Amino acid sequence: MPEQPPPEMVTISLDGQEIEVPQGEYIIKAAEDQGTYIPRFCYHSRMKPVGLCRMCLVEVETPRGRILTTACNTPVAPEMIVDTESAVVQKAQEGILEFLLINHPLDCPVCDKGGECPLQDQTVAYGPGESRFVEEKRHFEKPIPLSDIVLMDRERCILCARCTRFSEEVSGDPLIEFVGRGNQTHVITFPDEPFASYFSGNTVQICPVGALTAKPYRFKARPWDLEAIESVSMVDASGASISIETSQNEVVRINGVDNDATNHGWLSDKDRFVFQAIHSENRLATPLIRDDAGDLQPASWGDALDRVADALGSVRGDEVASIGGANNTNEEAFALGKFLRTVVVTPHIDAQVGDALNPEFLAGVTPRAEIGDLDGAATILVWAGDLKEEFPTLFLRVRHAVTQMGAKLIVVHPRRTGLDNIAAEKITYRPGEGPEVVRKLTAQGDQDYGAVRDLLTAGPVIALVGLTGRAEDPRLAEAVAAYALGLPGSKVLPLARRANVFGALDMGLAPTLLPGRVPVKSESGRAELESHWGPLPGEAGLDTAGIIAGLAAGDLKALLLVGADPVRDGRNPDAVRAALDAAEFVVSLDMFLNDSNQQASVILPVDGFAETEGTVTNIEGRVQKVNRILPGPGQSRALWSILDELSSRMGGQLGAGDGPAIAKEIALVAPAYRSMTWDRLEWGPERDGVVMPDRDGVQELRFVPDDSGLRPTAGRLALHSGRVLYDGGTRNTQSPALAGLTPDPAVYLHPRDASALALADGQEVDVAGEFGTVRLRLELDPSLAEGSAYVPANLDSTWVLGVPDVVTVEAQSSKGKKNEKKKGKKKGAGE
Amino acid sequence: MTAVDLGPAHAVLEDMAPVDHGHAIPLLQNIQESYGYLPREVLLELSSETGIPASHLFGLATFYAQFYLEEHGRHTVRVCRGTACHVRGRKIIQEAIDEELGIGPGETTEDRRFSLETVACVGTCFLAPVVMIDHDYFGNFDPKKVGEIIGGYE
Ligand code: SF4
Ligand code: FES
Ligand code: FES
Repeated sequence: MPEQPPPEMVTISLDGQEIEVPQGEYIIKAAEDQGTYIPRFCYHSRMKPVGLCRMCLVEVETPRGRILTTACNTPVAPEMIVDTESAVVQKAQEGILEFLLINHPLDCPVCDKGGECPLQDQTVAYGPGESRFVEEKRHFEKPIPLSDIVLMDRERCILCARCTRFSEEVSGDPLIEFVGRGNQTHVITFPDEPFASYFSGNTVQICPVGALTAKPYRFKARPWDLEAIESVSMVDASGASISIETSQNEVVRINGVDNDATNHGWLSDKDRFVFQAIHSENRLATPLIRDDAGDLQPASWGDALDRVADALGSVRGDEVASIGGANNTNEEAFALGKFLRTVVVTPHIDAQVGDALNPEFLAGVTPRAEIGDLDGAATILVWAGDLKEEFPTLFLRVRHAVTQMGAKLIVVHPRRTGLDNIAAEKITYRPGEGPEVVRKLTAQGDQDYGAVRDLLTAGPVIALVGLTGRAEDPRLAEAVAAYALGLPGSKVLPLARRANVFGALDMGLAPTLLPGRVPVKSESGRAELESHWGPLPGEAGLDTAGIIAGLAAGDLKALLLVGADPVRDGRNPDAVRAALDAAEFVVSLDMFLNDSNQQASVILPVDGFAETEGTVTNIEGRVQKVNRILPGPGQSRALWSILDELSSRMGGQLGAGDGPAIAKEIALVAPAYRSMTWDRLEWGPERDGVVMPDRDGVQELRFVPDDSGLRPTAGRLALHSGRVLYDGGTRNTQSPALAGLTPDPAVYLHPRDASALALADGQEVDVAGEFGTVRLRLELDPSLAEGSAYVPANLDSTWVLGVPDVVTVEAQSSKGKKNEKKKGKKKGAGE
Repeated sequence: MTAVDLGPAHAVLEDMAPVDHGHAIPLLQNIQESYGYLPREVLLELSSETGIPASHLFGLATFYAQFYLEEHGRHTVRVCRGTACHVRGRKIIQEAIDEELGIGPGETTEDRRFSLETVACVGTCFLAPVVMIDHDYFGNFDPKKVGEIIGGYE
């Protein structure tokens, strides 16, 4: 955590005991930290108190005598005397509960919350035992859907306003609100406008009764039947802490866990519901081998591994390449890297699938910020993808820093982002013109962006730097980082997309990196690793683009795809497909069939999320433990165990017989991970994760960003190829709760560009680029820079466009199809 | 449903500009003044123009009895159900009026001539039972005269 001055302490008396607590802390929190739990409904430690439910009444001594007051919004003061269990307090608690239960239906036996319901628990612990209220309770229609995911049972609601406050204060999309008055007050959305928030599941988690429920969990299990284990979300690389809950060997629920360093307990709905994909019937459950007729046939592990070992053994090591590995654990990634470097003996390794930043930049930029540094920042610069779409829990942390901690926010992006409404300054630029913006910001005495430059004189500055879209030159991010590192008190948080991409790079799954953030070109670093592993190639390998070209040219013969789909993620999908066809042998290790491995020679089913144990590393370099609570389906196996067996078939020794053994070897050979053990992460104070390198670690790489030679963009409509949260990718589409949330594909143009092209809102148009053409509905988007076209990159129909620099947009050529206008259908998505 | 003309809404916004969260109630009052009620489309438009969440506007509109979300009648009949009126036969009056207008409290006649509401004491208990039509008071209300009184309003 970043350094913060220690708070001033005051002494209060709590139930007759003198305690020292931070000045200004609310009584409820001060007491809780000392082990005294004061009952509450509306109070939530991550939101401002409102004093609404009155459950937290305590007695406080005042000059006017003892008074009852709410502990959740009364700050401690020196010499304060607080009584939390006096007869008066108990009477008050009984009374409050009696009031709360006046309208509560007490349908606990059929309520999902039963067994973990604060209202139920507190009624048992503090309640009066019986009610004097004999009149009719209020009635509402039983659960009504607020969205495709969340249902509301208004009869159960106790009007604590946790859900509405979350929506307003934390996620910033207040789609739900108290309506009506008196005993008709209830929580609901604007009529017929769904609760389409990326964060709606949090309201279900924090509702202290069963009023809000989530469809995927409804009636699935009772809390006392659940088995739970803590882990880390694998939706993005921010490292959100979660608890995975299973019933009868099926994951039924994921809840957020309050990790001070990362997610504060919040999750996006994707983090929360994407687990459904692991139970998809489309999961690969048996090895597949392509037969002579060209069809995939189920095979035994023995046959499949023999086939792979033969194929890889029959070509030179450096004719083999590997793409992927950024969605696996560190241990799996390490085993893969070691397999490739020491058994196959090839340097052509890339965990990022061609849409990526320089690995040396991602792993080595210093000083690197922690997420917690946002809270102490004077100014936050976000020059990256739309965080709401790509890093939803990090988006909430930036919101927190800006709306609660007073940081000033600057957003630089080619169109509107989810953070714009809280940004002090926004720079919108046409894709390709980013370097110009950097130049203007840097130039002495330049007139442009004066307000931005003024803000950036106030440090500490925390810069979140990544690719704004797939068409952007990756070196722009380095130039931005170079600029940002010159600002006062600045640190950079580099952003890359895949769940464990930072772990994969740290484990050496990059053409230019060895395990532990050691550049291949570092003689001493390589020598050190060679002392463990034997001789290694001294040259950097090929990255994904180079691998694709190498396969197409016949220089490379065999390819491993590790949870990767380079056709969909490719700049030129057709060219990638052709390269895969040209390969003599492709083996895919994956959970699903995809557009790339359909043509593979062998497909091996691997264990995935919740099925493997190990560690992952997030954007900060924070290492956290992920845990296994289920076996994989059918015959699927852990990646390291597959590679271990493959190695012995190829006459090598991987020594990757189990996870802990690999973890030990990582600590031995990867300099930046030298002090890392699973024990540290599982027990004691470091359960929030440890940022590597910590005090014992060694940071070998000190990357100096580059700011020269950026690709210029010519042509009228520069492509902005941003991503949306609910994408057309496998995990999203295989999760029923999420699949329907994918926005309708469209191309977005500035109204002036549209009218220059004589195109109208809602019209069907053909979007064409260097690599392909796609037919899309046109939407007007005044937030775009003029001269650009936004196409969400990762939807089912849009990826065929590939990633050209520029596109043309024309009215569709064929006649007869009426303009369909479906504007505003899915609110919140694609924005 | 016919589309609602957003022109008057824009005029109100222009008049009041700049409008922020603190002006939500007067904004709704002015809108109701010009439309007679708060049309859904108008609320959504106000939200997108001012940044005040639509849910907040809806919350206010349902909290305050003065706001209507449905088109309202030209005249408002308010039957007092305060304590004094209650004990002096408000129930019989209510029934007579319901029957005469063919609607219940909270509803509007099909010809949009009358909307019927109940109120909790209009402050003239000495005249109980009381009925108000628009701004006129009818004290010591005689249920037999309902037709006659109602007939006075077009
Ligand atoms: S729905 Fe739940 S969280 Fe929201 S106000 Fe009601 S009880 Fe509180
Ligand atoms: S917890 Fe204090 S009033 Fe609700
Ligand atoms: S009770 Fe009807 S006017 Fe007071």
